[in-house]
Amino acid sequence: MKILIVDDFSTMRRIIKNLLRDLGFTNTAEADDGSTALPMLQNGRFDFLITDWNMPGMSGIDLLKAVRADEQLKKMPILMVTAEAKRDQIIEAAQAGVNGYVVKPFTAAVLKEKIEKIFERVDS
Amino acid sequence: MLGQDQITPSDDLWDDLKARAQILVSKLEEGDFSGASEAIEKLNEARDHSIYREVGKLTRGLHEAIANFDIDTQSTDTGAENGSKMTSAEDRLAYVINLTQSSADKTMDMVEEGIPLASELGDGALLLREEWSRLIRREVDPENYLDLYQGVDRYLATAGKNADLLSEKLNTILLAQDFQDLTGQVIKKVINLVQDVEIRLVELMRVAGKVEELTGIVRGVDPSVHSVTNNKELDSAAEGPQVNAEQRKDVVSGQDNVDDLLSSLGF
Repeated sequence: MKILIVDDFSTMRRIIKNLLRDLGFTNTAEADDGSTALPMLQNGRFDFLITDWNMPGMSGIDLLKAVRADEQLKKMPILMVTAEAKRDQIIEAAQAGVNGYVVKPFTAAVLKEKIEKIFERVDS
Repeated sequence: MLGQDQITPSDDLWDDLKARAQILVSKLEEGDFSGASEAIEKLNEARDHSIYREVGKLTRGLHEAIANFDIDTQSTDTGAENGSKMTSAEDRLAYVINLTQSSADKTMDMVEEGIPLASELGDGALLLREEWSRLIRREVDPENYLDLYQGVDRYLATAGKNADLLSEKLNTILLAQDFQDLTGQVIKKVINLVQDVEIRLVELMRVAGKVEELTGIVRGVDPSVHSVTNNKELDSAAEGPQVNAEQRKDVVSGQDNVDDLLSSLGF
């Protein structure tokens, strides 16, 4: 299981990376915005994407749409982990095909629950 | 508040206007038409003068308000504070980011170094416990006692060393929280500056409004422009963390809310 973590703050990437390691996912890579993440996804055989929304350059919602529009990547499970909390944003993310949405600040338990739920669905 | 500030003529002007009006009345009563016309002109003159004086005063006020507001260009010569207050506010906020970042980094360094130490203790205890249970069940041959003694000795040494290292790391984490005090002070200063700017901005608008009122300039603002926004599109521009989520209807107040919303969408 190879996971890409996209967030413009290194602190947040590190926190998510550590939580993932705790859940047994040790194969992770990091990107600081959508425009760095997209080529990594296209070349890197990732199984799962965790992305922030608000980032300089390419935002998380645009990355989500770009992934869904890409023939090779469109089935990739995507979890959004973001401070963006407007209803309209959550609706837009859902319409764009996000698999889970976690608002910051979040707990390890919430992250774990959402990731497990996504994998349950993907497996079934 | 603009527009509620009516121009109130000074007492002098009142007296002047009353005196001139009385002259007008008496001229009219006398049937002196040219005298009356002259009195009307004098009345007008007095009013015009007062308007000129008011405009002059307000223009000076406006100028001062603008000069006060111009905090971006002044205070470069104070020495202690390099650059303007605004630049200094930006520097202060950058300092907050740096401080919180380095504190987060330090804390995470310590946690990442600490976790393997704790795991080592746990794993060692588990192994030793197995050996110990076998000893209790008398399953250990006397010739293997030496292994057990050495195992216990090694574990105790590791436990002591790791406990020391862990408490050292916990102390470093504790000290890394000192940013809160410093950033708190810095942010308070920036809040003060913003309030200062707000007060000056309001003053500037008040004076500008009076000048407009007095000189008859109509402000061409159509109030409907602000109130009508397109509701059909989703408002999904990024805003960052919600500071007052409970005061807004268009914002969720936590993960439970997000989950409810998503499940209502069929998730």
